Amino acid sequence: MNSLMMIVIGSVLVNNFVMSQFLGICPFLGVSKRTDTALGMGMAVTFVMGTASLLTYLVETFLLIPLNLEYMQTIAFILVIAVLVQIVEMVLKKISRSLYMALGVYLPLITTNCAVLGVAVLNSREGYNLIESVVNGVSAALGFTLAIVIFAGIRERLASSNMPKWMDGFPGALITAGLMSIAFQGFAGLVH
Amino acid sequence: MNGVLISAGVLGTLALLFGLLLTWVNKVFEVPVDPKRDEIRNALPGANCGGCGYPGCDALADAIFNGSAPIDACPVGGAALAQRLAEIMGVEAKPTQERKIATVVCQGTVDRCKTKFQYHGISDCVAATLVNNGNRACRYACLGLGTCVKACKFDAIHIDEHSKIATVDPNKCQSCGACVAVCPKHVLSLQPETLPVRLLCRAFEMGYLVSDNCKIGCVGCEICKDNCQFDAIVMENHLPKFDMEKCTSCMICAEVCPTGAIWGDFDNRRIAAIDRKECIGCGICKKVCKFEAISGEMKKVHQIHEACTGCGECVSKCPKKCISLRVRDHVRDANAKVGTTQVEAAIPKGAELQA
Repeated sequence: MNSLMMIVIGSVLVNNFVMSQFLGICPFLGVSKRTDTALGMGMAVTFVMGTASLLTYLVETFLLIPLNLEYMQTIAFILVIAVLVQIVEMVLKKISRSLYMALGVYLPLITTNCAVLGVAVLNSREGYNLIESVVNGVSAALGFTLAIVIFAGIRERLASSNMPKWMDGFPGALITAGLMSIAFQGFAGLVH
Repeated sequence: MNGVLISAGVLGTLALLFGLLLTWVNKVFEVPVDPKRDEIRNALPGANCGGCGYPGCDALADAIFNGSAPIDACPVGGAALAQRLAEIMGVEAKPTQERKIATVVCQGTVDRCKTKFQYHGISDCVAATLVNNGNRACRYACLGLGTCVKACKFDAIHIDEHSKIATVDPNKCQSCGACVAVCPKHVLSLQPETLPVRLLCRAFEMGYLVSDNCKIGCVGCEICKDNCQFDAIVMENHLPKFDMEKCTSCMICAEVCPTGAIWGDFDNRRIAAIDRKECIGCGICKKVCKFEAISGEMKKVHQIHEACTGCGECVSKCPKKCISLRVRDHVRDANAKVGTTQVEAAIPKGAELQA
């Protein structure tokens, strides 16, 4: 139980995928103009990462390792992730068309989101068991959601504030992301 | 060999299973789409130019399908598309808006508008504007570096080789408004295609400042306003503003403008004609004519002369409805006034009562 807590705190705060590992930057910058779409993106990524952690663990343990096919890890994982993203896309289209439209091209881009493949590969590298893998996947995704929602909140405020012309829009967003990363470095002392 | 087979087999099985799963999910979560909506989307041009005000052709297709946008909302497709969409939607095609074309509101060609300095920077109007507001003497003038040309997806704008200002090909223009959005000088605007007169100058300055810089700029002399017989012109920021509700297309403003800043559609200027068989010589047309273009004695057939501007004032007033307008085949002669005052003086007041 204690080790699970460590994994959760470590993935959400200390080793936040976006803020201290450079993973998942693409949707982080792309879908962070509004808090509600950012939350939707976070939820979609959480589903994909949680399920991907589970499925990739099963594929790894019961298919790849027994058959000595570890060298096919990348392609097998990408296959799993692509299918999951496709499912999320279909489901979202049915359940919430407005969210589907708001996420736009970033939804299929989860397929190549390095955070998703990253969590699967890290799980197998760290040697996590099934529960640890899923917990790690979900908490890493929650860390991503946390970062993107905070960032979207700041960007909403920035959009209506009086920014210098040269900083308005993307430059300002990137500088904001940098400042947020500095803030997240403060969590480094939480886990030893 | 075995390794290859095993790996291919494993991946293949995995892919097959996933494929089946996807098919099943697709069936469960199928979103019914009305084929009409796809038909509408296919009929739209697909340039995603945003000229309709929606984020793209897909969004417009949805809006038309829901009925929240009119069938002729796409400015690019024009009447032909509206007709096609009307067929799909099963409604009657009737125009809700007039076709608009991008208009260059500047005639400051290099020989008319002075140049402040030689510009050798990036060949782009936005960049050039950053350097002391551009190199044209008039700060409202078209810079002619072709930012609009790049923005136009329909090859409808070109920079004229000699005059160095933008010109729009009205036949190619699809009124998407992309050029209007990018022009840093706001020289381009979307205007109805069939306007009789247009002010082709944006210099919101005192007259002497304009005339120092440009030969064809509006100097705000108000001659157009004074000559307008229908109070359709008001002065705003040293420029005339046309009230198209009141305008009768007489084009007298374009005719009297001393600088030529007002453009008139003289090719389509009209002239009134009286049906000689119907005219009873009541003289009403002569009285209402504001351009002294009608002559004739009481109870005799009246005549319309060359001074007619085609304003149509007499057409609506004629009790016998025997005056009609047609397009002129030659230029109006402003000097050919009949001088209603003299003719009137020749007939004493109340003469018709005695007769």
